[in-house]
Amino acid sequence: MISEEVVDLSRLQFAITALYHFLFVPLTLGLSFILAIMESVYVMTGKQIYKDMTRFWGKLFGINFALGVTTGLTLEFQFGTNWAYYSHYVGDVFGVPLAIEGLAAFFLESTLIGLFFFGWDRISRVQHLAVTWLLALGVNLSALMILIANGWMQNPVGAEFNFETMRMEVSSFADVVFNPAGQVKFVHTVAGGYCTGAMFVLSISAYYLLKRRDQAFAVRSFTVAAGFGLAAALSVIVLGDESGYTDGKVQKLKVAAIEAEWETEEPPAAFTVIGFPDQEKMETRYALRIPWVLGLIAPRSVDEPIIGLKDFLVQNEQRIRNGMIAYALLQKLRNGEDDAETRARFKAYQKNLGYGLLLKKYTPNVIDATEEQITMAARDTIPNVAPLFWTFRVMVACGFIMLFVFAASFYVCSTGTVMKHRWLLRLALYCLPLPWIASEMGWIVAEYGRQPWSIAEILPTFMSASSRSAGELYLSLAGFIGFYTLLLVIELFLMLKYARLGPSSLHSGRYYHEKIGGAA
Amino acid sequence: MSLDYETLKLVWWLFIGLLLIGFAIMDGFDMGVGTLLPFVGRTDEERRVLLNAIGPTWEGNQVWFVTAGGALFAAWPLVYATAFSGLYFALLLVLFALFLRPVGFDYRSKLPDPRWRSAWDWGLFIGGAVPAVLFGVAFGNLLQGVPFHFDADLRSYYTGSFWGLLNPFALLAGIVSLSMLVMHGAVYLQMRTEAAIAERCKKAIAIFAGIFLISFAAAGLWTAFGIDGYSITSIGALDADPNPLRKTVEQSTGAWLHNYALFAWLWLIPTLVFVMTLLVVLLSRIGRPGIAFIGSSVAVACVILTAGFSMYPFLLPSSSVPSNSLTIWDSSSSFTTLKIMFWATLFFLPIVIAYTSWVYRVLRGKITVQEIRDNQHTAY
Repeated sequence: MISEEVVDLSRLQFAITALYHFLFVPLTLGLSFILAIMESVYVMTGKQIYKDMTRFWGKLFGINFALGVTTGLTLEFQFGTNWAYYSHYVGDVFGVPLAIEGLAAFFLESTLIGLFFFGWDRISRVQHLAVTWLLALGVNLSALMILIANGWMQNPVGAEFNFETMRMEVSSFADVVFNPAGQVKFVHTVAGGYCTGAMFVLSISAYYLLKRRDQAFAVRSFTVAAGFGLAAALSVIVLGDESGYTDGKVQKLKVAAIEAEWETEEPPAAFTVIGFPDQEKMETRYALRIPWVLGLIAPRSVDEPIIGLKDFLVQNEQRIRNGMIAYALLQKLRNGEDDAETRARFKAYQKNLGYGLLLKKYTPNVIDATEEQITMAARDTIPNVAPLFWTFRVMVACGFIMLFVFAASFYVCSTGTVMKHRWLLRLALYCLPLPWIASEMGWIVAEYGRQPWSIAEILPTFMSASSRSAGELYLSLAGFIGFYTLLLVIELFLMLKYARLGPSSLHSGRYYHEKIGGAA
Repeated sequence: MSLDYETLKLVWWLFIGLLLIGFAIMDGFDMGVGTLLPFVGRTDEERRVLLNAIGPTWEGNQVWFVTAGGALFAAWPLVYATAFSGLYFALLLVLFALFLRPVGFDYRSKLPDPRWRSAWDWGLFIGGAVPAVLFGVAFGNLLQGVPFHFDADLRSYYTGSFWGLLNPFALLAGIVSLSMLVMHGAVYLQMRTEAAIAERCKKAIAIFAGIFLISFAAAGLWTAFGIDGYSITSIGALDADPNPLRKTVEQSTGAWLHNYALFAWLWLIPTLVFVMTLLVVLLSRIGRPGIAFIGSSVAVACVILTAGFSMYPFLLPSSSVPSNSLTIWDSSSSFTTLKIMFWATLFFLPIVIAYTSWVYRVLRGKITVQEIRDNQHTAY
């Protein structure tokens, strides 16, 4: 078996490269639609200022897109480089949405982005508008395919284990595509992206307004962002709640961990607003609890219980025992004792095979596990509660603050009093980091909460890693951190420079820095 | 011919080959231009001409690489898993070099400082030249086999080192692919530029076409007489569930020519490499780079086909435990997945080719220094 150190380093490398990628993706998702909206107004009204808006925010879009592509390259190949056993074990299912993403979505956005920047004088207005919309469509279609793949890791439907090939294989592709876990993750994630795009435009526009520069340009941008942002923030919260509901059905253990529900409560369960979860003692100290609320969010019912972590522990221990039986039968089948009875028994037990594999961490043979090893493996099925509990709450708090900022901004826009509320402009400026914090926290909730599995209840994370050495992992990890950080610093430097410069960077002669003859 | 499992396994060999050829032709000239950038472009404005000749379209071309990666994952998961985890640092080196391109194109001309611009120019050179060499090195290693084996659970173990990949034969293959792609890139540039830059491209084409043909011929002779090829001595039913542990394989010098001995018409393919490359040089000299580009694209495709047909049905031979080698028969996905991917590719790839052609048509024409001056704030 691979050493725990290699597994941890592989996980860290995946987390870091994915979190870096996820700094750029949400902005691409949101800004692409905002560009399409701005350009639509330009095409409908013929007003130059909307074209300038599309081109200026498009410049910032380009700076961000470049790093999105750079960091995305890694992820297409990292399953192979660092998660070879995973790739073998589930590639038959998981590889399909990834390949279709390339064919159907990434090709579209990457081919059209050049035309978005360089096609203004070569194609008609309507054609260019179509390019911008298709670009936005491609970007969002990418997210759909990736989240179908990710949704399958959380809730692996539509696939069967094949003992001959020793892997999971597609049994119903429709189930994989219409997996409820994937669908709610998609809508929640893209809505989060729309919030990011909106907050980005809102904050930077607020900065121009605070400086009293390019007001006509900034107010229009601010207004588009406020409207789009309000709709996005409402969706992200409603759809986030929807994912809570779906998780409540298909990922009950994750919900229990996020909510630090140690005991099964009499329904409807109370919601712990804040507290200090203690993994060892399996309790939450200083908990502030609101009755009924969790029952309404997760099962949306007053009489369905939320199963507590302690009860999961008992259930999972039994599943591990059944998993040992499944593993013994699998060994028989693979050694050629392929008779109808063994097959039938294996079929009956195979949904517990993943639980049996959890024992591989402690004993490679699985079937000779001691009671103590079974207890340890059962304990592993409960994710670390405190980090999930906190990251989830930070994410939700960010969501509600953003909702307030967008709603207030929308109100001042519709009453035409934007410039009279300098406090709101300042607040909008300071809220710039919030969507990124929320996105990163959301990723941690979803993926850290999936542990100890790489594919829920099917393949443990520690089995999934490639057989490489710790030294190699340290080297590649250092390479990624160093290179990505350097690129991020360069990106932020350019982004700040161009955001400060504002629409003057278009060199049209119509904007602030050019009129006063300042630096451009 | 019905679409049974055995047929689909073969079809997917053709599809992955098609994606690789698409990648080598489309992203190949971008890598070639990247390699030529600091040499053919002498001034900042000239370099910007080169960058803008490929700038608006290079991004779509790179997706051939990403899609080939995704298709490999879906169609041959064991190859994806074994090759990329085994050739760990080689692949990371390719990726790190490729990282420099999206940022290089977009960021380079956003600041006027000459040091900034020169640094990105060299970054784009690395982003072109390093992958161009390493893709060849990878093929060189595939032909020799790499040391890996599986345990009973089909977990793969790679027992070689990174430096072992940089052996003489593989480096020769690296020279083949670098010189081929530089030639291909120079042809594209000659087509999209004029005056001094186009003249320099002509020279580059003649030089690199020469290096390419000599190294390709040398690699061919070496493959025939110098290295051990692989052949299957026994295997189960070809339409069975894939299991790479159920066959026997032997190694022998010249085995990579078996297919050419069986089907003599295959010799047409390497022959075309020579004919097309000589035509490219000629057409470039008489000022017909447009037709020359078709010629160099055919040459690029035929190089990949030459290697592919020589190895068929092997995908990733194992030099340490040859019977664990991966072939098209025992490393594919399930029948269902191959079918889904077959229809998805048949549906989407023509659409991709259609809109890509439209974009190239819209953006056609020569890039001039004057054009860069007129658009200095928007051009790359």
